[in-house]
Amino acid sequence: MSILHWVVLAPFLYAIIIPILFTYMKRVHTGWFILPLPFLLFIYFCSKIPTTSQLQTDVFTLTWIPSIGIDFSLMLDGLGMLFSLLITGIGTLVILYSIFYLDKAKEKLNQFYVYLLLFMGAMLGIVLSDNLIVLYMFWEITSISSFLLIGFWNNRRNSRNGAIKSMVITVFGGLSLLAGIILLYLMTGTFQISEIIASVQQNSIMTDPLFILAMICVLLGAFTKSAQFPFHIWLPDAMEAPTPVSAYLHSATMVKAGIYLVARLSPVFAVSGYWLWLVSIVGIVTLIYGSFFAIKQTDLKGILAYSTISQLGMIMSLLGIGAAGVHYESETTYYIATAAAVFHLLNHATFKGSLFMVVGIIDHETGTRDIRRLSGLMQVMPITFTISIIGAFSMAGLPPFNGFLSKEMFFASMLNILEFNLFNMQTWGLLLPIIAWIGSIFTFVYSMILVFKPFAGAFKPEKLATKPHEAPIGMLISPIILVSLVIVIGLFPDLVANTILSPAISSIYGGGSYDLHIYHWHGFQPELFMTIGVILAGILLYKTREKWTTIYRVFPTILNRLYDILRFKTEGSFNSLTNRYMVGSLRTYLIYIFSFFVFILLLTMILKDGFTSDLSNLAPIGAYEIGLSFVLIIATISILFAKSRLTSIILLGAVGYTVSLFYVVFRAPDLALTQLVIETVSVALFLLCFYHLPKNARKKESIPFKLSNAIVSILVGLVVMLIAISSYSNKLFGSIAEFYVENTYKKAAGENMVNVILVDFRGFDTLFEIAVLAIASIGIFTMIKLRMGGKKSENK
Amino acid sequence: MELLMAIIIGILFMCATYLILSKSILRIIIGTGLLSHGVHLLVLTMGGLKGGAAPLLGQHATSYTDPLPQALILTAIVISFGVTSFLLVLAYRTYQELGTDNLEKLRGKKHD
Repeated sequence: MSILHWVVLAPFLYAIIIPILFTYMKRVHTGWFILPLPFLLFIYFCSKIPTTSQLQTDVFTLTWIPSIGIDFSLMLDGLGMLFSLLITGIGTLVILYSIFYLDKAKEKLNQFYVYLLLFMGAMLGIVLSDNLIVLYMFWEITSISSFLLIGFWNNRRNSRNGAIKSMVITVFGGLSLLAGIILLYLMTGTFQISEIIASVQQNSIMTDPLFILAMICVLLGAFTKSAQFPFHIWLPDAMEAPTPVSAYLHSATMVKAGIYLVARLSPVFAVSGYWLWLVSIVGIVTLIYGSFFAIKQTDLKGILAYSTISQLGMIMSLLGIGAAGVHYESETTYYIATAAAVFHLLNHATFKGSLFMVVGIIDHETGTRDIRRLSGLMQVMPITFTISIIGAFSMAGLPPFNGFLSKEMFFASMLNILEFNLFNMQTWGLLLPIIAWIGSIFTFVYSMILVFKPFAGAFKPEKLATKPHEAPIGMLISPIILVSLVIVIGLFPDLVANTILSPAISSIYGGGSYDLHIYHWHGFQPELFMTIGVILAGILLYKTREKWTTIYRVFPTILNRLYDILRFKTEGSFNSLTNRYMVGSLRTYLIYIFSFFVFILLLTMILKDGFTSDLSNLAPIGAYEIGLSFVLIIATISILFAKSRLTSIILLGAVGYTVSLFYVVFRAPDLALTQLVIETVSVALFLLCFYHLPKNARKKESIPFKLSNAIVSILVGLVVMLIAISSYSNKLFGSIAEFYVENTYKKAAGENMVNVILVDFRGFDTLFEIAVLAIASIGIFTMIKLRMGGKKSENK
Repeated sequence: MELLMAIIIGILFMCATYLILSKSILRIIIGTGLLSHGVHLLVLTMGGLKGGAAPLLGQHATSYTDPLPQALILTAIVISFGVTSFLLVLAYRTYQELGTDNLEKLRGKKHD
């Protein structure tokens, strides 16, 4: 086991001892015990930056299930490094924040931190795994731990619903990802990502018929996890989670697992034009949809949720366009989109994390997150206001913050696609920058709403439940660190460009070195004018928003309603479907069984042309047989019409005795004897029961009841008859009776062949038949004697 | 003869199925009795009804009837007897405890 294995497993191992610490160290907030772990991991990853920035990739393998190619192998490259730093870094800050956010007396902290650590370990596992099955395993652990965290306040109905919704959608995507992984395995013969990439670069799998299917399955997994349209609906409902969870899982880390997957498998799929189009179009649709509906929200966390959806769409679309770089290497025009994607990934994690924490502070200090009730908080919460203005301006893409840089790169790469000469980009590609620009205007508007609605205007404390005041310093540390990063990265982007970002780009393209320089000022380029346009249009829209927000009434929440229909209506209709055929009546079930039996046998007979009748091999019919047959048929049919039970029992006896006479005619003396005795005993038993049963054996049955029974039973009889005739006519080989005739005396010293077979050649049958009789008699004895509960204990 | 036996067996199955589909427990048990008769005769018929001596070596005949189906049927008769008697006592106990022998009324509890 390497250090990296311990790094991934450490949160899981630590999660085991959390409940112990929680129980025995009541006086200290459990979060303090957690805090060192992500911090140490963060330090470890920082110490590895020099290695990855040299484009060195370390692979550590631990054998797990070698027989099917599943090894617990981990790999630390540029992309993994970027995500690991985010997970551990923001993890540290979120845990610090949560210590002040969650009350140690009121909350179940042990559960909270166990779930959070499970999540952190799983997330590290995803971004460091080199084996797709291991990646899938961690992928599902993030789904489960996210489910647990969203439903943390499980006494609230909305929390439970949100948790179930996110679980259903992400697990749906997870399973489809598993299908995609298996398809990839079928095409390449390995689960190791590095080996798959190597084999793809050698021989193209693009022509494989499974290629498109695998791509769609993998993308479904990525889109559901990263809340892309139309699977985004779980993310706004996941805002019922505690705010540290929203900040960590639903803005900075888990929702980027899908982004990670797309980036990681880009070297496999990006050779295909479908990949480029699918990823970028879904991304751009998500971008415009999320930013448009963010303005409608009145809950601060709702705005942030839709904003996250929109920003994830932006990163996704950039990754899609960046796929064009696979075709033209080492020209900035092509890989600038991927650079923008990884850069914005980092930026989004910083400013969105801080904004969530700010919203958490507002919620904590005022008791509400509703923007209609909040105003003028600037006076009482100056530090929070500063943090939120930096975060929101960075989100809107204003200089000098880091969001400005990545937004400029976003515009640049959107404009670049007009020059692309592949996959019809030069014609339809024109739509992409236009949608991107409109989406950015909406982004500007909701960023302004986010910062000015609660903080600007007149201070109205009478609307609030509690008296608002500035948050404690402990709660402010984490957002302050995050916004300082926003400024530092904004002012000195080259700090991260060649240490963290360009190795990540290199991993996305499956190798090669990419030189990256990010400038604040690159002349009067078109993207600068686009940003100016965004600001002007955005200010205009923000000022006039009372007039045009009425258009939201036109857009109903179709997708959520669709989900509700799928979840609740289908449950109801399947219930009623089940109730319709599982009626509880044995007769109905028997009808199903018999009808199916008839249907399947007749169908097989017809399809295979199975009916044959060969009349050459028949035995002759004698007078006795005709007489007996006549009696048997009459007796059998009369049972149906017998009015009383006595008649039917006697007729059954008549059938039994006729059958034993048949045995006599067909020269089976032992059978005849046994049948005679057993029929006598059975009739006696029937008569015994008869005495205790009610008068009429026949129930009043309606005509349809009788008719359906008659049809089914006639069909059953016919099918049996047909099968009997055709199987008799189709004898393939003779009997093994010769052996018994020859050896009954020689080997077993008996003359009665049937008895010798029963006790000698096939004695085991007899043994277990005795067992059956024994069990039946014990069962009968118990049924009569045993009375549980002691009621109605009259023994007759 | 086999053709005639096939028709008889078909009628036995037909009547047995009809009885099994009825409401009264007793008629259902009678139906299973008929069904087992049908099956036993089916096994015997499929083994062949050609002439020959009874399967007893003391008869010194040139050909015997096939002993194997007879052994199989013997086993089956005993087993079906065991099951039938169990069913009968079950029906008796059911009536004693629940007061009905109408299967349409024996539906168990509706659970939600």
